[in-house]
Order: sequence, then structure tokens, then C-alpha cells
Amino acid sequence: MSATVPPSSDEPPAILLEHVNKWYGSIHVLRDVNLSVGRSERVVVCGPSGSGKSTMIRCINRLEAHQEGRIVVDGTELTDDLRSLDTIRREVGMVFQNFNLFPHLTILENCTLAPIWVRKMPKAEAEALAMDYLIRVRIPEQANKYPGQLSGGQQQRVAIARALCMRPKIMLFDEPTSALDPEMIKEVLDTMVGLAETGMTMVCVTHEMGFARQVADRVVFMDRGEIVESGTPAEMFGNPQTDRLKLFLSQILRGH
Amino acid sequence: MGSSTTAATAGATPARQRPSAARIGPAAWLRANLFGSWASSAATLVLLYLILRAGWSFIDWAVIRAIWQVPAGAHGPDTTICRQAQGIGACWAVVGEKYRFILFGFYPYAEQWRPALVVALFIALFIVSGVRRFWRRELALLWIATLVAIGVLMWGGVLGLSYVPQNQWGGLPITLILATFGLALAFPLAVAVALGRRATSLPAVRLLCVIYVELIRGVPLITLLFMASVMFPLFLPQGVDIDKLLRAQVAFILFAAAYLAEVVRGGLQALPKGQSEAADALGLSYWQKTRLIILPQALRLVIPPLVNTFIGFFKDTSLVLIIGIFDLMKSGTVAIAEPAWQGLSSEIYILLAVIYFAFCFSMSKYSRNLERTFGRARNR
Amino acid sequence: MSAAAGDPRLAGARRAPRRRMRLSWSDPKLRTIVWQVVILGVLAAIVCYLAANTSRNLSARHIATGFGFLAQPASIPIGETLLSWTPSVDTYGRAMLIGVLNTLKVAVVGVVLATIWGTLIGIGRLSGNWLIARLTAIYVETLRDVPVLLQLLFWYTLLNALPGPRQAFHPLPGVFLSNRGIKIPLLEWQPSHIWVLLAAVVGVVLTLLWRARAARRQAMSGTRPAVWPIGLLLIAVFPVAVWAALGAPFALDVPALRGFNFRGGGTITPEYAALTLGLVVYTASYIAEIVRSGIQAVPHGQWEAAAALGLHRGFVLRHVVLPQALRVIVPPMTSQYLNLIKNSSLAIAIGYQDIVSITGTMLNQTGQSIESIALVMVVYLVFSLSISAFMNWYNAHIALVER
Ligand SMILES: Nc1ncnc2c1ncn2[C@@H]1O[C@H](COP(=O)(O)OP(=O)(O)OP(=O)(O)O)[C@@H](O)[C@H]1O
Ligand SMILES: [Mg+2]
Repeated sequence: MSATVPPSSDEPPAILLEHVNKWYGSIHVLRDVNLSVGRSERVVVCGPSGSGKSTMIRCINRLEAHQEGRIVVDGTELTDDLRSLDTIRREVGMVFQNFNLFPHLTILENCTLAPIWVRKMPKAEAEALAMDYLIRVRIPEQANKYPGQLSGGQQQRVAIARALCMRPKIMLFDEPTSALDPEMIKEVLDTMVGLAETGMTMVCVTHEMGFARQVADRVVFMDRGEIVESGTPAEMFGNPQTDRLKLFLSQILRGH
Repeated sequence: MGSSTTAATAGATPARQRPSAARIGPAAWLRANLFGSWASSAATLVLLYLILRAGWSFIDWAVIRAIWQVPAGAHGPDTTICRQAQGIGACWAVVGEKYRFILFGFYPYAEQWRPALVVALFIALFIVSGVRRFWRRELALLWIATLVAIGVLMWGGVLGLSYVPQNQWGGLPITLILATFGLALAFPLAVAVALGRRATSLPAVRLLCVIYVELIRGVPLITLLFMASVMFPLFLPQGVDIDKLLRAQVAFILFAAAYLAEVVRGGLQALPKGQSEAADALGLSYWQKTRLIILPQALRLVIPPLVNTFIGFFKDTSLVLIIGIFDLMKSGTVAIAEPAWQGLSSEIYILLAVIYFAFCFSMSKYSRNLERTFGRARNR
Repeated sequence: MSAAAGDPRLAGARRAPRRRMRLSWSDPKLRTIVWQVVILGVLAAIVCYLAANTSRNLSARHIATGFGFLAQPASIPIGETLLSWTPSVDTYGRAMLIGVLNTLKVAVVGVVLATIWGTLIGIGRLSGNWLIARLTAIYVETLRDVPVLLQLLFWYTLLNALPGPRQAFHPLPGVFLSNRGIKIPLLEWQPSHIWVLLAAVVGVVLTLLWRARAARRQAMSGTRPAVWPIGLLLIAVFPVAVWAALGAPFALDVPALRGFNFRGGGTITPEYAALTLGLVVYTASYIAEIVRSGIQAVPHGQWEAAAALGLHRGFVLRHVVLPQALRVIVPPMTSQYLNLIKNSSLAIAIGYQDIVSITGTMLNQTGQSIESIALVMVVYLVFSLSISAFMNWYNAHIALVER
């Protein structure tokens, strides 16, 4: 399929997964996964619950270790080596389903913690940077509040700003909107659309089909630990090839 | 390219076994849980060595070189062999000789089936109270009936049972009486105090309850027991005298009520305010609201911590030894004060520890089960 | 009230009418007052009755009331004391003070050791090593379910079953374990040691200053100068250097067997050792559970989010997880400290002379039971209230801000 080829194939891909296998105990959760994400490419991953979407995306910044195959992120292969780990974690930002903001730190401190201690940024510079991103996610006025004082949508936007403050080259999103109420989903998706327009490389697990249509270069459908089908949003949603994807889409559409 | 698995290969890639043989099975388990890393392996080896050494010397002392029986001498049992074996082997003969005394104290030997029956009744009462199917109003009646039966059995003087004055009671029944009567009587007081502490419209009552709870919780139980043994007699009119056990029981109730009140208050606080408002909106009076809506829910919430508090009281009854009441602990220490058996404290302490442990452990196991079932019910 | 005057909500507003109390049983306010008067009245009547009985009983037994007896000389033999004590010369007041100090001696050492030991056990329960996790779980289960008094008696008998001084265990040079207690060498104090102490204090202060400077440098330039090598140098090496410069004055008072007993060195009595050991071992089993649940209370997502930002484990533990765990840990921990202090009153069962034990003797000698018990209770109440005041302050200080 042509859409699986990254846009400019001469440049090395931002993320490359080759024959990745992973087991939890004896459960085979990633089965021979191959995926390549080019620079500035936006990939949306979807699939039924338990299909291994989170596991795959968490392998990309090595929150989980894979057991077989190769993962190369931004030219660095993921191994047990701590140095490669440090490099990856700096270059890859991640946004979680349930925000995971640090409740004992203010919004500003949440955003400046890693730039100060990992990027060794002077405090004033880190704060200016954080304010910059807080303005971009449209909540600068909350900077001195604590996470517990914010709504879910606001918290998720802070989480996005926090990840961006590390100036990552790649952003990973694991169902960023599924813990939110409908009216808050839009504000977070808008932020993500804005981010996509800046040319960020993004891998996003989501079931928001509208978002996928709007920004995704490619949609990847996973089921039972493997990538079953992938293609442009129009191909995938308009003309699904496999029965599994058809079934999945019908369930999603009925759900909405 | 990766996503070549499209329409053509709609069937799943077959699940494979994890590579590298040693991922599951006993060897893998050992690797993962005992020898996961350098430090872990070292810790495992050191601990194994220590366990084996300590375990072996304990078995050596408690089983292999233990003395199970002593010959009868001119004046009671002849304990010289125990004396010689001291520090080398345990003398379990002391348990065989003394267990009746430790369990029942100076209760007339021929009548000791009565305290034994009392202990059985207590245990049965606890077990029945632990079954959720029996959590009904009738349970209170059962408690009253059982406690009366226990009183009759211990004192006697009716139904053809000979009268046994209280100063001859001792051992495990005393411990159980102190703990159980203490809890049964402290509980209503605790509920009243907890409600009083939350009665915003009655500031004087509220203050009183706060002072009571903080005062009692601020001082050690032993000072309350001292108070019971030396100060209570001064409070009473001249000529009136109540016995020491009863005084200790009163102190114990006052003590338990303060701690239980805090537990109950926790339950009252955990209850959403909407419950109280809904009851008000239905036109229930304060007492109706409290009795029908608030307490049933609040108490249900705190059953696991209540059981934990009860375990604490059960252990704390051992403190009455200090004011000379003949509970299980006291009878244990008296048993080894006898010259023939002197110095055999380890054996007796182990016996006492096993008895206390059996009671407390089963209660805490029970409380944890409850917590789990309650947690599940709430998460649903 | 100039600000209020400008409030638009006040324009044309009327004051809320004052409620008037009616003399009727259906008036809620009257009812609450009647209830309180009745309850307080009944209580006051009971107290008056008991007080009247008490004063009659006291006068019948010719016991004077009041605290005058505290100034009388006391003939209590006190074995272990931090202040000088001469029986029959010093007063009951001083005896009580010694008791308080002895209680504090157990409490402070006990709290510190129980915290360390309990934290280790609690972390052990979370260990990936199955053996460590099982053993620590068994430790917690077993010790919690056996009365602390029994444990104290056990430790006391165990320490008393040690051999006599002549056959004393000799695990380290200068340390002897016998049924007379634990003998340890003491450092002989010399005037020049004061300079070493001073050097240590200076070292700590300089380290703190250096740390503040490091934080400023980090805020300015982003790079943080290393703190620990300088700290080590200032706190450890500097005092040793001072000591060496002063000619390394050093002498130990080493205990040695003379006849049937030891001479010299310091003594940890079997009573103190048994009490402290028993309380530490018992309280640690509760502290372990508190520490374990505190650590588990921090969601795993916090670790993951911090790791995804590139922060290291040690840093995450120190700056993200611990601050959150402490909020859960500190309140129950303080109540365990209070329990330890209250349980130290069991000293009386093994003959360690704490405040309760000394007061018990005083009570027997003077017959002043009410005053004595009241004094002990006040002492414990002061401990309890100060610790809970601290806890309230701390809780308010660290409470998470919620919506
Ligand atoms: N820590 C773990 N231990 C064991 N099994 C796990 C663990 N995490 C996930 N799994 C299993 O791995 C499989 C894939 O899980 P994963 O979380 O990746 O699914 P998902 O596609 O993200 O599902 P969802 O849409 O519900 O988030 C599931 O079967 C899950 O039960
Ligand atoms: Mg998921």
C-alpha cells in the first residue's frame, strides 16, 4: 500500500518499528509489529480495547520494554543502555489518558520541572518557555494554580504544554480525550490540531474519527496485538478492506 | 513494509510462545523473584542462610532436644531434667502440667468445664457475629442471651451450679470477658459520643465529647487502670465496695469508647451530606434520621476499622496484669513463678503468644476479607 | 465599612430580621438550650456526688489534698537517671522530673529507631524479591497480633538470660553483653573536642550555604554545581582535619571486667534495652504498613509521567513521589509515635523507672493517689497535645489544593 511509505523515503524515519514482539508473562501482546513514521507525519492508531495500542505507543518511549525486534527513534535504537533511554525521553513527549500531572506542584512548576533538571535550563528561561506554551494551550492565567483546581480539559492541556516544554521532536498521545467530558474534548482536540499544524511528528491513539480525518496522514488499525490494516483516513474509513476493521468501524459509529 | 498485513492476511498472526526457554516455569520464577539482580541474589542468599540457621536452632530447641514429660517426684513433678536442659531444649512438660491453670486460673478444678464452655460460647458468638447473613436485629438479642449465660456459668449459684466467687476466676475467660463486655458496653457510648461530637447545635455537649475523647486518647491505658484501682474506691460512698475486675472493666469501657467514638465519627464524616439532607427533606426527625438513615450506613462503612480496633482492645486487656487482675497473661506469669517451674518463661510466653495470635490473626484476616468484599461492592 | 457601602447588592437591601426565641417546646433554639442544660446538669450532679464522696473518704483516711508533697524528700531508689539523685534527700518533684526524662529517653530513641526499622520493613514488603516480601509480611503479621506487653516481657527475660559478666558475650572490642546489660565504650570528653564539634557545626552551615548558592546558580545558568562532594568535605573531612590538627586527642573509657562486674564504660541497662527494643520492634510493624500504603498511594502514572519527561528514578522519588506519599504517611505516623510514647508506660511491668513507674512508687509512699495520677495524665496530655498540634499544622501546611 502506497500510504504506508513515509512521505520522503530518503530521509530516515522518525520512528521505526521492525518485527516488534512483546509478551506479558505468557500473553503475546504485540505480534510482529512493523511501523514506520516519517518526520512531520501524523499517525492515528485505533483498534478495539486490549488490542495493544497503549503497549505499542509505550514501547516507543520505552515505558515498556519489547522483547524481540528493533525500535529506532530519531536515529537511536532503544536498548537497555541508559544513555539511549535518556536521549529518547528528551526527544519524545508523551500525553496520558489520565493527565498524570504532579498534584503537589503548580501548573508552572509542572511545566518547568523537566526543562530545569533535564535540559538544565535557567529558571527564568524555563518559566518564559512554559508561559509561552501555556499561552498556546490558552490557559496562561492558571499558571500559579494547582492541578486539582483545574477542569479535566484544562489539566490535559497543561499536560500537553508540559510535554512541549521539553521541545520534543515527537509527541505521543495515548487516548488523550477519553477521560474527558464531551465539551472538554473539543478544547483538547483543538490544541492538538494546532500542534499538528506546526509540523510536529505525532503518534496518537484515539477513537476521535473527526480528528483523524482532519489531521492524520495515516490511520493504523490494530487488533489482537497486530497491525491489521493501515492507510489514509479516507481509504480506511471509506473503504475498509478487512472484516475486523469493518466490524470495528460499525461499532465506533454506533457508539457515537 | 510493516503494514503489508492487510486484507490478504485477515487471520491473526498466530500467538507465539515467548522466546528463550526460561521465561515461565519454576526456573523462570526463581530468576524473576529471587535472583532478579545482583543485589536481589545476594539478599536471597544471605536471608536463606539466616533462615536456615535460625530455623534449625529453633527446631533443635523446640522439637529435637525438647522435653515433653517429667517424672513425678515426691512433691509434685520433678523438674530437674528441665533445669538441666535449660537453654538447650524446650521443656514442654510445663505446658502439659500448667495449661489448665493458665487457661482457667484458680477456678475450682472440678468445675473448670464451666469456664471452658464459656470460652467456647465466646468463640461461637464471635463466629456467628462475623457471618453477614446474621447481621440482623436478633443478633443483639443473641448477644444479650449469650452474655447472660456466660454470667450464669461463671458465677453459678443457680441451676444447681455451685457458686464460684469472682476472685477465683482467671485466665482466658477473664481476657475474653474484659474484651467482649468492654466492647459491647463501650459501643453504644461511643456512638452517643460520636453523635455528640457532631451536634453543631449543642456546643456544650460537643465540647464535652471533644474533651472526653481527647483526654482519654491522650493518656496511656495504664494510667486509667491505675485510676480504676486506686481512685475509683475514693469516689464511692463509704461502705460501698465494688470488686477490682468490675472497676478495671469500667476503666476499659471508658477507654474503648473514646477510640471507638473516633472510628464511628470517621464513618459519620464519610457519609455524603446529601443523605442527611434527603432525610430532612422527607420530614424525618433528628432521631429517626439518625436511627434509620445515618447510623446504619455509617456503621457499615466502619466495620473493618472497628474490627481492627477490637483487635487492639483484645491485646490491651493484657495490661490488667499490672494492676493484678488474673487474666490470661497474669496466670501465665504466675504459673512460672512457682519454684519448680521457674525459668521456663520462654515456653509459657510462646504458648501465650500463640493463644493471643490465634484470636487476633483470625480477626484481622476476617477484617481484611470484609474490607475486600466491601471495596468490591462500592466499586461496582 | 466603606467597601460594603459600594456593594451594589446592598442597594435597597433590608437587614435580615433577628430571630426571636419563643417560650415554646417547638422552638428549636429553646430546645437545644434545654437539652444542654439537662445534660450538663446531670453530669454536674454526678461529679458533685463523686467529689463529695471523695472528700469524705479522704478526710476519713487522713489524707491531705494538694501538691505540697512534691517538695518533700523522697526515699525512692532510682537506678537509672539522667539527673543526679540522692534518695531521701531529693524531692518527689525531682523524682517525677527524672521519670519524665526517662520516658523521653525511651520515646525519642524509640521513635527514631522505629521509623528507620519500620521504613525498611515497609519498603521490604514492596520488594521484587519474593523472599524479602514474604519475610517482611510475616514479620508484620506476627508482631501486630501479639500483645506488646508480652513482647516486652519476652525481650526482658531474653536479656536477663544472658550469661553473667564473667561469661559475657564479647561481639566487638569493648562491647559486652551480659545479664547486667550492654556495656559499651564511651568517648572520654576532652576540652579540645569542643573545637571538633564546632568544626562540624560550621561544616553543616557552610554546606547549607553552598546548597543555596547551587540553587541560585541553577536558577541563573541552568547548571547545578554538585553539592554532595563539597558537603562531604565540609561535614566529614573538615572536623576530622581539625581533630588531627589538634593532635588527635582521643581516649576511650573501655569497660573491663573487674572481679564480678564491669568497671568503666557506659551501660545500657537490660530494662531500658528490653523496653526500647520491644517498642521499636512492635511499633515498626505498624509503621511498615503505613509506609507501604503511603508509597502505594502514589499512582503509578506519576512515575511514568516523570519518566516520560526524562527524569531519573532517584529524582522522581525525591521530588515527585515522596512529597505525595508523605501526605498520606505523616498523619498515621504521628499517631504511631503517640502510641509508642503511651506504650512506654508499660515500663512498669519490667521495672524500668519511667514516669508511670516512679509515680506509682510515689503514690504508694504518699497515698496522694488523685494528685499523682492527675500529674501523670497531664504529662502525657502535654506530649499528646503538642504532637497533635504539630500534626494539624503539618496537615494544613501540606494539604493538596483541590477544587
Ligand atoms: N502490565 C500488564 N501486565 C499484563 N498484561 C497487560 C499489562 N498491560 C496490558 N496488558 C495486556 O496487554 C493487552 C494490550 O493492552 P493495551 O493496554 O495495550 O490495550 P489498548 O489497546 O491500549 O486497550 P484500551 O483501548 O483499553 O486502552 C491487553 O490484553 C492487556 O490485558
Ligand atoms: Mg490503552
